This record gives sequence, C-alpha cells and structure tokens, in this order.
Amino acid sequence: MSEGTFGNPEIIEIETDILIVGGGMAACGAAYEAQRWAGDDIKITLVDKAALDRSGAVAMGLSAINTYLGDNSPEDYCRMVSADLMGITRDDLVFDVGRHVDDSVHLFEEWGLPIWKDKETEGVPLKDGGKPVRSGKWQIMINGEGYKPIVAEAAKKAIGIENIMERVFIVKFLLDENEENRIAGAVGFSVREHKLYVFKANTILNVAGGAVNIFRPRSIGEAMGRTWYPVWNAGSTYAMSAEVGCEMTMMENRFVPARFKDGYGPVGAWFLLFKSKATNGMGEDYTVKNADMLKDFAPYDTAAVIPTCLRNHTMLKEMKDGNGPIFMDTPTAMAKLSETMTPKEVKHLEAEAWEDFLDMCIGQAGHWAGMNIRPEETKSELMPTEPYLLGSHSGCCGIWVSGPDDLGAPAEWHWGYNRMTTVTGLFTAGDGVGASGHKFSSGSHAEGRIAGKEMVRFCKNHADFKPVLHADMKEVAEEIYLPVRNYFEHKDKTTAEDINPFYITPKMFQMRLQKYMDEYVAGCSTFYQTNAVMLDIGLHHIELLKEDSKNLRAKDLHELMRAWENYHRMWAAEAHLRHIQFREETRYPGFFYRTDFPDLDDENWKCFVNSRHNPETGEWEIKKVPHKDLVEKFYGGQGH
Amino acid sequence: MPTFVHTEKCDGCKGGEVTACMYICPNNLMKLDTERMKAYNQEPEQCWECQCCVKVCPQQAIEVRAYADVVPMGGACIPLRTDSAIMWTIKFRDGEVKRFKFPVRTTPVGSIDPYGNKPEPGDLNDNLLFTETGQTLRTISS
Repeated sequence: MSEGTFGNPEIIEIETDILIVGGGMAACGAAYEAQRWAGDDIKITLVDKAALDRSGAVAMGLSAINTYLGDNSPEDYCRMVSADLMGITRDDLVFDVGRHVDDSVHLFEEWGLPIWKDKETEGVPLKDGGKPVRSGKWQIMINGEGYKPIVAEAAKKAIGIENIMERVFIVKFLLDENEENRIAGAVGFSVREHKLYVFKANTILNVAGGAVNIFRPRSIGEAMGRTWYPVWNAGSTYAMSAEVGCEMTMMENRFVPARFKDGYGPVGAWFLLFKSKATNGMGEDYTVKNADMLKDFAPYDTAAVIPTCLRNHTMLKEMKDGNGPIFMDTPTAMAKLSETMTPKEVKHLEAEAWEDFLDMCIGQAGHWAGMNIRPEETKSELMPTEPYLLGSHSGCCGIWVSGPDDLGAPAEWHWGYNRMTTVTGLFTAGDGVGASGHKFSSGSHAEGRIAGKEMVRFCKNHADFKPVLHADMKEVAEEIYLPVRNYFEHKDKTTAEDINPFYITPKMFQMRLQKYMDEYVAGCSTFYQTNAVMLDIGLHHIELLKEDSKNLRAKDLHELMRAWENYHRMWAAEAHLRHIQFREETRYPGFFYRTDFPDLDDENWKCFVNSRHNPETGEWEIKKVPHKDLVEKFYGGQGH
Repeated sequence: MPTFVHTEKCDGCKGGEVTACMYICPNNLMKLDTERMKAYNQEPEQCWECQCCVKVCPQQAIEVRAYADVVPMGGACIPLRTDSAIMWTIKFRDGEVKRFKFPVRTTPVGSIDPYGNKPEPGDLNDNLLFTETGQTLRTISS
C-alpha cells in the first residue's frame, strides 16, 4: 500500500477480538478487567481519539471521587440515584455499580492516587479500614491532579502499549453482512497521519463519553471552550450507537449543572465540605424561600437530598423574577469555619478551597485571580450552565443495555450479557449506559470492568464468528472523506476560502446546531423552556442541518475530526429533541420545562422512554417502557 | 483561558515530529509550525484550559492567558509539576501572589504492577470481577 495523502489515505485493516472505542475511565477499566480474563487467546485493542494519559472527562484531574460506598449499602445508593433522577432509573444497573465500585477505588489507591483520610487513620489504605474524608454521604476527597495518568498506566500495562492506538477517531460502527443486528466492525481515521482504519472485531465497547456543546454555550467567544464537561466530548457514543440501530433510553434527560459563573468551577465541596450557602441577590436563601413550589414535584421533593433539578428550579425562579444574581456566600462559610480553627488550620482550609479548583477546573482559579476574588473576602456568583447530555453524572441519558441476571430484574432487562446493547456484540459503559446516573469516575471504571469481563465471555461463546462488514469499504472511505472532497472541489471558487456557497465549515455547522438547540429545545436563552410548536421548528432545523452535513468541508485532518464530531453532535441532539417531544410532562424542572405540559405526571409518565433509529428505513421508533423499582424507595419516610 | 507559547522558550521539542504538547492535548489543539519550529494553539476557542500541555512542556514555554471575552487581564495560574507533586503559582490581577503545593501521586511513575498479588480469575460465568474472586456478591435485600 502506498503512503497516503490528504484525502487519499492509506487504508489499514485491523482484526481484533475486543475493540474498545474510547480512552476514559470506562475504557481503562474495561481494558484492565478484560485482559485478565482474556489470557493469551483473545486480542484486545483500544482506540483513543486523544492520548490515554490525559483523555476523557478526568483529563484535567478531579478533587473528589463522587461514588465510594464504604459503609453505605448499595440499596441506599439506588435510592439516592433514583431520587436525584426523579424516580426513573434502572435499579439493576445502579445496584451493580454500587456493589463493585469500591473495588475500583481500592485499586486507584494501591496504584498511587492520594486519598484524604481522617486524622485517626492517616496513612491507612481504605481497604484496610482507613476512613476517608467525606464531603458528602457518597463523596470522598482526593488529591486528584494525577488521577487519569495513574488509571491509564494500569490499563496500558494490562493490555500493552502495542495494543493501544492513540489519535485515531472512530466515526462509525459497521454491522455484519450475514447476521442481522450484529456488530462486526468500526471505521475511523488518524487525526495525524493520512490513514483510514477499518477494524473487524467480535465485540466492541462503545465508551466515547457524553455530549458537550450541542447547545449554544453562555460564553461564545474564546471562552466557549470553558464548558463544564470536557469540550471534546462530541456525543459520539450516542450518535454511533443510534446510527446502527441501538435502542436508546431516557435521551430526554440532560444535566444543567449550577456552577460558579463563567469559570464553571465545582460547587460540591463548597456546599458539602465548607457548608457554604447560596442566596439570591438580596441575601435570601432561595431554597427555603421557594420550598413550597417543590411540592408540585412530590414525592421527590422530600428525598434525603433534594434532586439536583429541583434545586435548579428554585434558583431559576429567583433569576426569572429578577432577584439575581445568585451568590455562593463563601466569606460567611469561611468565617464560620475559622471560628474554631487555628491560623494554621485556616491557611490549610484556604489551600483546600483553591485545590478544589486547581485539581479539576483551573479556569475557575484563573477567573478568581483575574477578578481579584478571594473567597474569604468576596462572594462568587453561581449560574446554571448550558445543557449537557451524559449518563454518568447527575444525568441518565444513554443506551438501553442488558443488566445483571441475579438482581430480580424483569426478563426484558437482561438478554444474556451484562452491559450489552440491543445490537449483538456491542457493549457500553460510563456515559453510554442510560437510566443509571451517579457513577462518576469510579463507577464508570467499575462499569467498564463489568463490561470488560462480559465481553471476554461473549468472545469465548462466539469464538467461531467471522465478521464480514456490511459495507462497501470504498464507499465508506468516500463518505468519511467527503468533507475533504468538498473542500478541494470548491475552495478556489471564491477569494476567501471560509466564505463559500458550496460548503459549510465545521465551526459554522456547530454554531448553527447550537443556536437552534438553544432557541427551540430549551436552552439558556428561553430559561430552559420549550413546547410542541417550538420542538417542531427545532426538528425542522435539524433536518435541514442533516441535509447540509453532506456539504461539510475539511481543509485538514484536524478539521475532518471537527466535521465528524459535529455530525455526531447533530445525531445526539436529534435523539434528545425527539425524546423531549415524546415525553409529555415536566419531569426535570430546572433542567428543562415542557410549558405545554408543566406538571409532573407519574400516572402516565413514570416510565422509560426508549427510541430506535431503524438503520434500514431511517425512521425513528419511540415508545414507553414500563418502569419497576427493584429496591423499595423511601421519600420523606414513605415507602414507594 | 487558551494556551499560548512563549516564542523564545519553545524549541519545537528539538525537531521531533510530535512535540510534547501535541502529544498530550486532549483536544488536538497544539500544532507545530514546522517553518519556525514553534508550537501554537490552532483553535483557542476550543481550549478547556486543562493545562495538560503546560504541565508536560520540557521548556516551560506554555502558559494560559485567561479568556479575553470573560476575564479581566493580568491574572495567571502557573503549574510546576513533578512526578509526585504539583506547585501552583497564582498571580492576582492586583499583583498578589499565592503558592500552593499538592501531591499528585504516592507511588513512583511506572511502578504499577497491574496483576501483582491479585487473585487468579475465578468463574467467567458469574458476576464477580477477578479481584473479587472468592467473595460473596451482594444481591438486593428486601
């Protein structure tokens, strides 16, 4: 094969048994677990769009591990997750994460992650009885700047660096020619070399993160990079699965974090560890002031921890009524804490407050420095961000997967392999698994491990399978490189190559998607409100955008990556819109409102909403799927 | 808060095809200008300000300048990272400087033995992870 040039890449075929698409926590967990069961007979290949040491949502670091059960029970974990996500979660999947997650955390500590301990057990590992410093019932504090390189090192050592391909962006999955609804491969390209990669695999793990920047962000200049979730998460997980016909679930769900305004720094430690209060512009505690309005969303308003969306709901009320801005009262919190502290302890507290940002959101520290904000002196503003799609944080959109077989779940919830999607051989974890949020970094790693083991079992049970790609590879290559063709064909027709009637740049394509999602699909500019008429218009815009996706241009490999990322964003956005259109109630006030159906309607809508894009016809099928609690739920002391 | 590269400090990683910053950037932003042999951020509005490139640069040639459309000028957060700790210098707009040092890792880099002292994997058909071999897995209690 001759060396490739831009637009005429060398085509490289790789056969493997287990293909891991993604490089974040779930991917690293899967690699670690799968290799141990695989032995020497099964080949594992991991493909990462970036570099494993610093890829995924933990690239920058984290200041806490948000899921460590310790003395808590997995049943209570299910209750917390269910309440926060307004009652509709899969207890089988959540419980399964809960019973395995601590094992992953113990590994992180063994590998070198510094985990804070209380004074009495300093230096004692968690697994030997060390007591973590908890910032909340489920969260533990860490020195987590090096979290991802540590987890990546274990994954690299497990499967070997020769089986890890970095800077290769998978853009499509391919089904099998002979067996219906069966995964057979994946195709993508190097963002550094002129190489197109075609993978054939027995089984694939789709763990490419959540969806960021599908809505117009609040900052639209340079700071549009300062998204809360990583700016490189392009919804690839959802798009690539939907495109091959995976059943999706709860794609109407989204996450709108309320964070420090503009820098999007974390608030968890401020609320939970430093006991800080948030107020409206007049100094009133709006959660107390507006407590009554949450009664409309009973019984979830009486959960042990008020659901995140309901807390946003009380905040948005103040903003809409003109009682903003919302403040985090850091000076009062620090003054109160320092009342019982020595000056040395106060200095330590100040360092902890800064570390909370520097470990995971350096931009917020930069914002404070540029604004001369010292938390002990000056309050900081809070603001709900633009919406994000994810399945691992306080959100639960994703793919409908088979669960474990030993937790008494309805038969329709498991079909042979834990974490397998409805496409045979295609698995997911982390942000990919729907209806089970609050996994965070540790739970995503544990879930990757669950999937990793099952994929080995799948491989062994399907050892005779020979993947035959249901595609003409020349056509697929042409489709992937179409943006490059568009560029070469038309670039010289105008005197400025960015202004050209024959193509659209990936950047403008993204901004168009963001504008219409924001204006019609409950973005910031409408205070997260939409209705059936607005959604119809929004869908029309997405359909037009989909037509124009054939006119995307790419002037280099970097822009080709952006073109495909934004194609994925468009798919994720469409799934989100169609689900919001279908669910005729307001389940997540504070995240979004159906103004034509403003109430919570447990009688008709306490159910999953599942959808499937039929890859043969291009039609979307969308339906209700019955919900069932496997763990008895309690809200305000009442069983449900 | 996009990254920028000090012209005088950057040596293009001495002529390698892939500089340290290009290698690490999670969003593929850092690029080598092969004529000047200097790296630059090719898409500043896509920068998450994770500072991964700043931390790995062997010349300490990369810094972050706060987003011009949001943050007043003059502040800075500058890391100095070793294999075990990170030292931060925070410069306020008004000139005050604060320093913080935090651990990043308790073990030597490269020391992880992924399967050392771990149990042999048990039954592929049950729901236990390999490290849980021999344990009784919890199920839902009513």
